[in-house]
Amino acid sequence: MLCLLFFLVTAVGAELCQPDAENAFKVRLSIRTALGDKAYAWDTNEEYLFKAMVAFSMRKVPNRETTEISHVLLCNVTQRVSFWFVVTDPSKNHTLPAVEIQSAIRMNRNRINSAFFLNDQTLEFLKIPSTLAPPTDPTMPIWMIIFSVIFCIVIVAVMLLIFSGIRQRRRKSKGPSEVDDTEDKCENMITIENGIPCDPLDTKGGHINDVFMTEDERLTPL
Amino acid sequence: MAWAGGAEPHGDGRGDKRPAWDNKGQYLLSCLGFAVGLGNIWRFPYLCQTHGGGAFLIPYLIALVLEGIPVFYIELAIGQCLRRGSIGVWTAVSPYLGGVGLGCLTVSFLVSLYYNTVLSWVLWYLLNSFQDPLPWSSCPLDINRTGAFEAECQASSTVSYFWYRQTLNITADISDNGSIQWRLLACLAASWAVVYLCVIRGIETTGKAIYFTALFPYLVLTIFLIRGLTLPGAVRGLIYLFTPNVQTLRNPRVWLDAATQIFFSLSLAFGGHIAFASYNPPRNNCEKDAVTVALVNSLTSLYASIAVFSVLGFKAANDHGRCLDRNLLRLLNAFDLPDQSISRDDYAAVLAHLNATQPESVARLPLEVCQLEDFLDKSASGTGLAFVVFTEAVLHMPGAPGWAVLFFGMLFTLGLSSMFGNLEGIITPLLDLGVLRRSVPKEVLTGLVCLLCFLSATCFALQSGSYWLQVFDSYAAPLNLIIFAFFEVVGIAYVYGMPRFSDDIACMTGRRPGLYWRVTWKVVSPLLLLTIFVAYIAVLAWTPLSYRAWDPQYAWFPSRQEKSYPGWVQATCVLLCFLPALWVPAVALVQQLAKRRQKQDTWQDGCPKLQEGGAS
Repeated sequence: MLCLLFFLVTAVGAELCQPDAENAFKVRLSIRTALGDKAYAWDTNEEYLFKAMVAFSMRKVPNRETTEISHVLLCNVTQRVSFWFVVTDPSKNHTLPAVEIQSAIRMNRNRINSAFFLNDQTLEFLKIPSTLAPPTDPTMPIWMIIFSVIFCIVIVAVMLLIFSGIRQRRRKSKGPSEVDDTEDKCENMITIENGIPCDPLDTKGGHINDVFMTEDERLTPL
Repeated sequence: MAWAGGAEPHGDGRGDKRPAWDNKGQYLLSCLGFAVGLGNIWRFPYLCQTHGGGAFLIPYLIALVLEGIPVFYIELAIGQCLRRGSIGVWTAVSPYLGGVGLGCLTVSFLVSLYYNTVLSWVLWYLLNSFQDPLPWSSCPLDINRTGAFEAECQASSTVSYFWYRQTLNITADISDNGSIQWRLLACLAASWAVVYLCVIRGIETTGKAIYFTALFPYLVLTIFLIRGLTLPGAVRGLIYLFTPNVQTLRNPRVWLDAATQIFFSLSLAFGGHIAFASYNPPRNNCEKDAVTVALVNSLTSLYASIAVFSVLGFKAANDHGRCLDRNLLRLLNAFDLPDQSISRDDYAAVLAHLNATQPESVARLPLEVCQLEDFLDKSASGTGLAFVVFTEAVLHMPGAPGWAVLFFGMLFTLGLSSMFGNLEGIITPLLDLGVLRRSVPKEVLTGLVCLLCFLSATCFALQSGSYWLQVFDSYAAPLNLIIFAFFEVVGIAYVYGMPRFSDDIACMTGRRPGLYWRVTWKVVSPLLLLTIFVAYIAVLAWTPLSYRAWDPQYAWFPSRQEKSYPGWVQATCVLLCFLPALWVPAVALVQQLAKRRQKQDTWQDGCPKLQEGGAS
């Protein structure tokens, strides 16, 4: 008799939990991707923990505080590791609405993830979108801070250069300027003569002005 | 040669001695910094990749030897000899050639405008690199906070979204100006402030700044090279991208691209090299300088392309791996196979097996085609390489913010040292002309130039600014520079006279120019420049004037939509192409008219003056 009852219960359970059944959700885990060498094997104990986490999430929903682990049914466990699950009501005749389960899972997603050392990408509830982190809007973007620093440094440096230039000019205007003039005259002559400063650098001698020569000749025989 | 009036020829037209470099190292680094610019990083590797890998080096070296080095030597020699900026130099060679100097100044001005705008973009990225995770690593959430990401970002990619939307906020059409992006305007102001800080006293300040801005990029390139070569997939990428494909050399476009690349890579005909050389002592071996700087510039291009290709190879391997992973996941999920049971190497075998046993299920899966060569073939140049491809590659390197800071810091200093040359090409001729009185300090002139450039460049901070920048980049410089370079070579070889120029060079370097120089100056370079000019015009005339727009409403978004320029933009393109070059005939005409009037005046004054024997 007891065996028959047990058989009936599992048969009913099998009907409620089926791929693409009403109010059923598919779960997919990628344990090896998340943990690499430290990956654990997925066995019935892990399934028990999963059922416990789902029951825990449902107990947090108002009016569902009496959800037990036995109300969570798993089926079609594959090697991938993926499976379907449903949550039944205390009578075990019908499943709870998908909307309730969805909101319950979303509220406790973090707890469920951390129970298995996984995250939103490696523990996927298909058809249950994960809640994205709120955008962090800093009061002052980082680039503005660095920009202000650089700009201030540049402005200060420009001011320093301008003021030092003014001071240099004041000092130079007080000093002697005759030396510069004679140097200028040399350059004047050089460039006016033929536009190329290179020629007079030749030590072959300068150009001889005939007018002066005649003057000298006139004066020397004394 | 008689002075046809005009400015005083000595010093810098202000009564003080002409400034001079502190040492030869500063001068060489300045020329090198001016030559080595952003194009070495993002233009040369792209040309290498699309024109047959290693085979591209053949036309490149030929162009360097026949065209690049001779014109470069002329610029350095004439600047050092006549000790003046571009306007003074060409007016001294012949009054009819004065327009060349004015044209060079105009082109330097136009190029400074958009070049510094690119630097402001680099600065924006640099400022945003000081955070972890990098802002271009993830999509922002939808404004309505419905939980989904921004649609535009999901359709394209995080890096493209950050570039086109969060940086440029680009409009879909060039005629749609949009509003000024104040963030870009602030970065533009900062870039111009930095440039002003470095050129405020001419070469006195530039010479100090160049030590950092010219050498820092080499340090970073070396770091990237070492890091890049150790990344997985890098060596495979290098081999693939450098493998020579000699068949491509049959395409004349390759030779044209090589010739123009060497030309713009050395920054010839801007007037900047003339300005730098004019501050040299008269006795300086400019022949060795020219050959050294040109060779180092080309070696830098090669060095940079090795670093760039190794990072691109890593990126291609990474993308290929992730493509395979996505396919593997689809297979695992569809056939409920254990997690991580298929490795990337087994993918092909497993797929074949599954296709044989369950072809219908496999056919239903949206599997992508993952070929490594497809990823390696994805080439990008210019801003696309720096701001989209490289930023994405950097995301996958461990320690991403550090690499991003290094990369954009390198780009900024590279561009800055080129800006020095551009601005010296503007400031030195203006100083020589004596546009401001002697009592006005040099800082005021440089400040006014920088302010004028900044105000003119604000149009690039509009939402359509990137399209306008492409217009300027494609049409303002190339043709004009070729024209000016042609007049430079012809002016020196034929108008100034080869014997006279040889004497000057003998005076400066200690020996007369050899046969190679004389042949290239008199025959080869002018012919080559003329050929390039004609070929360039032919290419421009044949290709329709169009641009690729970023339009989220486009049917095939994220592909860029090919649109043709509206009429008034096309007119602007044509104007930009030829307006600076019009200085040459304009000045020649003015000189001719002035000379004719002078002759008329002396003739009208009568014969008595001539009889006295003192001709004016």
